[in-house]
Amino acid sequence: MMKINAEGMHYRVLNEKIRGALESGLTDISIEGVCGQRYIGAGLKKNGVCITANGIPGNDLGVFMDGPEITVHGNVQDGAGNTLNSGRIIIHGSSGDLLGHSMRGGEIFVKGDVGYRVGIHMKEYKDFYPVIVIGGSARSFLGEYMAGGMIILLGLKKDRRIAGDFLGTGMHGGAIYARGGPDGCQLGKEVKVFKVDGNDKEKIRKYAERFAEYFGYASEEILKEEFFKIVPITHRPYGKIYTY
Amino acid sequence: MEYGQLKERERSGRVPSGCGVSGIMNRTGKVFSGDGILASICSMTERGNGLGSGYAGYGIYPEYADNWCFHIMYDERKARELVEEYIESRFEVVNEEPIPTRKVDALKYVPLLFRYFLNVKNGFAPESAAEEDYVIKTAMDINRNFKGACVFSSGKNMGIFKGVGNPGEIGEFYRIEDYKGYIWTAHNRFPTNTVGWWGGAHPFGILDWSVVHNGEISSYGINRRYLENAGYYCTFFTDTEVITYLFDLLGRKHKLDFELIGKILAAPFWSEIEREKDERNREFLKTLRIIYSSALINGPFAIIVANSTAMVGLNDRIKLRPLVAAEKGEFIYLASEESAIRLICENPDNVWMPDAGQPVIAKLKG
Repeated sequence: MMKINAEGMHYRVLNEKIRGALESGLTDISIEGVCGQRYIGAGLKKNGVCITANGIPGNDLGVFMDGPEITVHGNVQDGAGNTLNSGRIIIHGSSGDLLGHSMRGGEIFVKGDVGYRVGIHMKEYKDFYPVIVIGGSARSFLGEYMAGGMIILLGLKKDRRIAGDFLGTGMHGGAIYARGGPDGCQLGKEVKVFKVDGNDKEKIRKYAERFAEYFGYASEEILKEEFFKIVPITHRPYGKIYTY
Repeated sequence: MEYGQLKERERSGRVPSGCGVSGIMNRTGKVFSGDGILASICSMTERGNGLGSGYAGYGIYPEYADNWCFHIMYDERKARELVEEYIESRFEVVNEEPIPTRKVDALKYVPLLFRYFLNVKNGFAPESAAEEDYVIKTAMDINRNFKGACVFSSGKNMGIFKGVGNPGEIGEFYRIEDYKGYIWTAHNRFPTNTVGWWGGAHPFGILDWSVVHNGEISSYGINRRYLENAGYYCTFFTDTEVITYLFDLLGRKHKLDFELIGKILAAPFWSEIEREKDERNREFLKTLRIIYSSALINGPFAIIVANSTAMVGLNDRIKLRPLVAAEKGEFIYLASEESAIRLICENPDNVWMPDAGQPVIAKLKG
C-alpha cells in the first residue's frame, strides 16, 4: 500500500503520483489531507485498484475513470463520477451537484445527501449499466435527460423531501426508484410513478444489500418500506419538435 | 496551498472554468485578519483565469468609522486633479492618501489608486437618508462624467480592493493580510461576456454594499433600464453591477428584508406559486412578481452580498452555480467549493448546501 499526503499539493502533482504508483504495480493507494484537488483518478483505466481519499476531493472526482474503486471518507464536490465508464465510487459523506453526470457504467454509492442534477444524462449501452445509490435525499432535477441506467433513492434520514422538483425532466430511458415514493415532488412531464414489480424488487434488493454493507446498515430495515418506480412514458420526448 | 505556485501554469493556457466566490463573517463583529479570505479564494485560483480578483472588508477603517471612504482608480494624473477638485466642492476631506500597495511583477498595468475619507459639507445634505443619496450621486457623477476615473468603493468603515490579476497577486498587491475586518468577501474572475479591466473586477460596491458574483445575467438590459428610472447608472461594463444597485434600491430605499429580496431577485416559478396552498401567500407572491418583474435576475448566479450589518448568499432559482455554507461558533462561511471553507475552518459545526433561490442570511448581532 502507498500513502500520499496531499496537504497543499496541486492536483496535477497528486494525479501524477497516483498514476506513477499504479504504473509501478501498486494496487492500493491511500491519500490523506485531500482538500479541493480536482480530477482525482481522472481517466484511470485499470481493474483491481483501490484508492482511498480522506478529506474533501475537488470537482470531477473519478472523471472518465474505467475500472478502479475510489472510497471517500468525507464529502465530494460537484461532478463526481462525471462520465464514469466502469469502476466504483463509495462516498461516506454527501455529494455536491452533478454526481454521475453523463455516467456510462460503473457504480456510485453515497451515504448522505446529493445536490442538484444528479444523474443528468446517464446512459446505458449493451453490458454497460450505470447505477447510483443515494442514502439520503436529492435536490431538484434528479435524472434530468436521463437515457439509461438506474438511480436508487433511499431517503433514510427523512429530514426533507426525498427529491426536489423537476424530477426526471427530459428523461427518456432508465429508471429512478424512490423508497416511499416521490411525495411532494413536482415531476417532469416526461415521467410517471409506477409500483415496482418482482424484477425491480430483485434489482433494488441487490443494491440495497451492497449499500448496507458499505455503510453499516441493516438491509432488511431499508427494504421494509415500499419502493416506487419513476420511469419515462415515451422514449422520444422531443421526437415531434423537429418533424413537419 | 502556496498560491504563488500556480502562477506559471496559470498563464500557460486557457482553463475552462467558472468564477469563484468566498465570504467569511464573524457575527459578533469581532475583527480578524484578511489572511483567511486570501487563503480561501486562492485555493480556488483554478476557477478564474487571472483577469480579475478582488476583496471587500468591513470594519477595516475604525479610525475613520464615521467618514465616507472613496476608493478611486485613475488612468492618469489629470483625471485625479479634476476629480479631487470636484470632491472638494462637495465634501470636507478629512484625509486622502494613496492606497497602500506592494509591487507585484505579474501585474503589468496598475492604475493610480487613492482613498479619501470624507464628510458631507455642512448644509449640502441635511437629512441622513439624503446624505446617502448625495454620496451615490457623487460616485455616479464621477464614473459617468470624468474620463479615466472610477470610484470603486464608497462606504463607511469598509473598502473594496480589486484589479486585473489572480487572487494571490491582487491580495499581495493590496496587502489584504494587513487589514482586519468582521466581514470579508472575495472573488476570482473568469470573464465570459465582458472585458477584464480593473473597474470590472469584483466586488462591485455602492455605499456599504458589496457584491461578488459567479454567473451571468441574461436580464441585464431590463434590470439596467429599471435602475436608471431610480437614478442608478451602470458604468462598469459588467453585468454584476446591477445586483449591487438592486440591493440598494430594494434593501435601503424600499426597506425590504433579505428574505423578500431573495423572492424578488430569484422569484419562485409561476408553477411553484400556483402550488402554494395558502391563498394569502399565493396572492402575495404573485403581486411581488408583478410589481418587481424588472428586478428579477435571470440567468445563472451564485452571489455573496454584504453590507455593514449582514452577509447574504443567494443562488439562482434552479441552482446553476455552486454555493456551500458552513458555520462554526460565531463564524459563518460561504464559498463556491466546500474545500475553500474546510481549508480555513477545520471542523465546522455545520456544512450545508443552500437551496436554490433561498438566501443564507448572516446578521451582525446586537
